[in-house]
Amino acid sequence: MSPEEQTVRASQVTASTERPTMSAEEPTMKTGESGEEAPTQMLDPSRSQPTASQSTPSGDAQTRANVRQGLAVKLEQLRAFYGDVAQVKGIDLDFHSGEVTAIIGPSGCGKSTMVRCINRMHEEIPGARTEGKVLLDDFDIYDPSVDVVAVRRAIGMVFQKPNPFPTMSVFDNVAAGLRLASRGRGDLQHKVESALRGAGLWEEVKDRLSEPGAGLSGGQQQRLCIARSLAVEPEVILMDEPCSALDPIATLKIEELIDQLKAKVTIVIVTHNMQQAARVADRTAFMLSGELVEVGPTQQIFTNPSDSRTEEYVTGKFG
Amino acid sequence: MSASAHTLDRFAVSTRRRRKDRFARGTVVAATVVALVPLVLIVYYLLSKGLGSWSPSFFSTDPTGNTFFAASSIGGIKSAILGTIEIVAVASALAVPIGLGVAVWLVEYGRSSRFAQTVRFFVDVLTGVPSIMFGLFIYIALIVGTGSSYAGYKGAFALALLMLPVVTRSAEVVLLLVPGPLRESALALGAPRWKVIFKIVLPTALPGLLTGILLAIARAAGETAPLLFTAGATMKTEFGLGGFMNSLPIQIYTDVTSPTTAVVNRAWGAALTLVVMILLLNLFARLLARRSSLG
Repeated sequence: MSPEEQTVRASQVTASTERPTMSAEEPTMKTGESGEEAPTQMLDPSRSQPTASQSTPSGDAQTRANVRQGLAVKLEQLRAFYGDVAQVKGIDLDFHSGEVTAIIGPSGCGKSTMVRCINRMHEEIPGARTEGKVLLDDFDIYDPSVDVVAVRRAIGMVFQKPNPFPTMSVFDNVAAGLRLASRGRGDLQHKVESALRGAGLWEEVKDRLSEPGAGLSGGQQQRLCIARSLAVEPEVILMDEPCSALDPIATLKIEELIDQLKAKVTIVIVTHNMQQAARVADRTAFMLSGELVEVGPTQQIFTNPSDSRTEEYVTGKFG
Repeated sequence: MSASAHTLDRFAVSTRRRRKDRFARGTVVAATVVALVPLVLIVYYLLSKGLGSWSPSFFSTDPTGNTFFAASSIGGIKSAILGTIEIVAVASALAVPIGLGVAVWLVEYGRSSRFAQTVRFFVDVLTGVPSIMFGLFIYIALIVGTGSSYAGYKGAFALALLMLPVVTRSAEVVLLLVPGPLRESALALGAPRWKVIFKIVLPTALPGLLTGILLAIARAAGETAPLLFTAGATMKTEFGLGGFMNSLPIQIYTDVTSPTTAVVNRAWGAALTLVVMILLLNLFARLLARRSSLG
């Protein structure tokens, strides 16, 4: 799919409804998914709701594959600190399920920090702390009773540089999440294949599953990392500049992949590349020095922003 | 002046730089050669003098103490080989897990906290402590202090103390080399921290960890001073850790001062044995590491 088509589609989706209609996605899903997938782990009443509306007459297996859908994430007065320095200064922001939200803004504006707060990776840095709320489907993940490990299983992350585990084969890399999170003894083979298909990598690596993951090309490694996050069946995937180390063709593949994945997982993507935001995102948020300046449908942010700073940034006047 | 001559002038390497380059290169080559000389000589002497005393009975009999009779009656070094293996094995069993544990704590948890800095400082100090001090410490604590005599396990304790800072320091350096994003991506997959350490960090660092451990073992295996007044010296093979225990360095130490040529030759044979043992251990561990990292 060409970038132009993607932009058009992205704008259609945002224009019409909150949730994209599944039937439009169907053909792409078919190549990405094979067979059935286990029902999601974090079942709750609100999740089973969309199932009915998503049921299409195009086959039982596919319907079941589409049962999974991303969860909405809501930030309430989120602040993040390194020591005493506030890097994120009180952000309220919604990430809708079934959508791709891009975060843009100049270097050092707190994009990555904010995203890392969403799966509680920020607190891994010595001296770092967070204030405010992050609601995953109305459930505060910063609640004292919450297990960080469970949060991270529900909210996956893809990093800037592809970083497959160097000691592991392609297969083991994808299985790593399942093994490390002690989720999936059951039918590892199937889950790995399904994750690799989901990441559009299966055809390229199916004959070299036992080779080291680090032996793949950069773009393949990044898709391997996406497959690795997909394998644990998260409801949200955070991508921190996932294409910044990749060439344009590998970038395009990742972008196509993001477009396919958003039906099943809520995607938040930090990017420096404004064309990329325009191509993949349904909504775009613009951040500046730790604050959210503006958020809205991608088309609107790029063509008719309400804040003058956003306009200056997207037209290349600074940043 | 023609245009081409002008170009040549601009881009030609000046003779001064050429000379400097030759001098600098000559210096580093010379340093390498000088460093190689003792290395080659050691291997040469070990082989030429040590191989002569090797025989099946050299490895299968204990030293007899009959050093003034025929060369054939002095016996071998069986008790020393077995003693070294046992003492070093016990010392490694103590020092390696503790050392790795300290390193993991320093890198993964302590980081730059004040306590971690203090631990680091003491580990550095311990690395520089002369080996005889560890023997002395055990001698005072476990022999004078308890009024008991030498024993194999006391030697093992002394060697373990000697190995501990070496293992810790080298493991810390290697663990720090494991890229942070690897830990992060494992954590982001929903892995508990202990699993990230055991399944990602340690396997990734394994080759480097092994190198550090092997260096520590090699150093401990060759130490005489900490064993002199902890494990004692004996001739017969002793498996019980509670009794006197012979070891290769002690055997070499006592043999090399003997007036009998055959006994001095036995010291060379024992030295060669020690070197070969460490070499084999090294090869074995590397094979193991290679297999595990691919498997």
